[in-house]
Amino acid sequence: MALKDITLGQYFPGKTPIHRLDPRTKILLTLYYIVALFLADFLLTYALLFLALAAGIAISKVGVRNIMRGMKPVVLIVVITTLLNLFYTPGTPLVTIGFLKVTAEGIWAAFFMTVRILMLIAGTFLLTYTTSPILLTDGIESLLSPLKKLHAPVHELAMMMSIALRFIPTLIEETDKIMSAQKARGADFETGSLLQRARALVPLLVPLFISAFRRADELAVAMECRCYHGGEGRTRLRQLKYRRADWAVIVLGLVCCAAIGVMGRFGL
Amino acid sequence: MEAILETRKLSHIYSAGTPFQRTALQDVDFTAYTGEYLGVIGHTGSGKSTLIQHLNGLLKPTAGQVLYQGTDIWSDPKVTHQTRFHVGLVFQYPEYQLFEETVYKDISFGPRNMGLDEGEVDRRVRRAAEFVGLEDKLLDQSPFELSGGQKRRVAIAGVIAMEPSVLILDEPTAGLDPVGVEAILGNIRDYHAATNATVIMVSHSMEEVARSVDRLVVVNDGTIPFSGVPREVFRHGDELEAMGLGVPQITRVFLRLRALGADIDPSVYTVEQARAAILSALGRKGAV
Repeated sequence: MALKDITLGQYFPGKTPIHRLDPRTKILLTLYYIVALFLADFLLTYALLFLALAAGIAISKVGVRNIMRGMKPVVLIVVITTLLNLFYTPGTPLVTIGFLKVTAEGIWAAFFMTVRILMLIAGTFLLTYTTSPILLTDGIESLLSPLKKLHAPVHELAMMMSIALRFIPTLIEETDKIMSAQKARGADFETGSLLQRARALVPLLVPLFISAFRRADELAVAMECRCYHGGEGRTRLRQLKYRRADWAVIVLGLVCCAAIGVMGRFGL
Repeated sequence: MEAILETRKLSHIYSAGTPFQRTALQDVDFTAYTGEYLGVIGHTGSGKSTLIQHLNGLLKPTAGQVLYQGTDIWSDPKVTHQTRFHVGLVFQYPEYQLFEETVYKDISFGPRNMGLDEGEVDRRVRRAAEFVGLEDKLLDQSPFELSGGQKRRVAIAGVIAMEPSVLILDEPTAGLDPVGVEAILGNIRDYHAATNATVIMVSHSMEEVARSVDRLVVVNDGTIPFSGVPREVFRHGDELEAMGLGVPQITRVFLRLRALGADIDPSVYTVEQARAAILSALGRKGAV
């Protein structure tokens, strides 16, 4: 498998209603959704959130398979969380295997925790799959802009983030290229003990770092040539604008989130 | 002539089975003969880089075979690994792969991976450095202190030091000044003359390739439309032009002269040949 096949957080271009929402709306919705996930407490509330997520995935046309593919890297974390919850929740023991006790409460806790993590990841993937990295950072910058009053370097952080996102594919390509070049000289990245494999990475990492620094330097010069001097008084080519649909979705989302919170309180 | 490297019905599809699927090579039959100086030419995205990465087993064919001295290089993982030493590949901008503290250590990376003893490694490093014109005193310096052209030589020496029977160079002169270009091309010619290795040079510049090679292979759109000695290939001037390749300037001048009605042989591609052709044409006129 080539490194290029990694999909983690990749953007899938499209023209669905979800793609067209303002990025700030989508970020806010995702935040509501995360809060609601943690307020939700029982089957009914989770079912409602699941419906919302399923509707979002269906409308965005991203495809369940792509969402699943993105989950692969976090499988290990999910499994560990599930096992910890299963064995370490105090309560009435059902089965005892040596020092491990499985309790009824443990099974519930493990189940909800797993569902919660998976839904959390699926929801945030929906955001990154339907929002281009540039719009995403624009949205974050705009949402955080009140913090500028407190002299927080919001623009700088957003710029750093967009640059980082922009260079991920470039670095992956570069890694691929250097790996090929060293393999052509007989380097072996796939076999050997852990120590040997770690040592085999030196011929890959040294050139990669050097080229990353070179690129950073070139980019800095290019930005200065175009008179970049930070966020002050900077205007934008693409202005973010809330449309009516955005307001509707924001208000609706807030109401739903509050409702879930209330339902969770009453143990539904 | 004996074939040393061959591909049979070689096809390669990138990202097969995804929406980003792209066919880079389609049923390519390619042959390199022992001891020849072969030019592979094609514009950016024609599939030439994909083709050469198959020749030393860096890419696995989607369909078809790659044969080194008649053996399928994918028949056994050991054979694949060994092929990398028999078929040396110098990538584009190879100076970006340097990583060691000294030039000497970097050149010795390949030979060491081959499992050679210290004496043999030393002999090969010094010989390779000599081929590319690196002075002894440079061997103890850090490769990162060198100039761009010198770094490129170090990287090329790193592959030459494995003493491959086939040396493939992908755009070895890209981004160098004219003096640097001449020097590198000279180094490669010397290496070819001294070792009788097969040399395959990939380029998009007809001028550069035409002067050195025995035979040319044109790659376009993942296929090989024609191959042969430069004189033959340049007869397809119009088709080459349509592929965005063009013919050497001097050939173009002669094709135009011919079109204007001059009785002249248009299959020239160096200034010396052009001079001879003009003199012979004038001679004929003088005789009339």
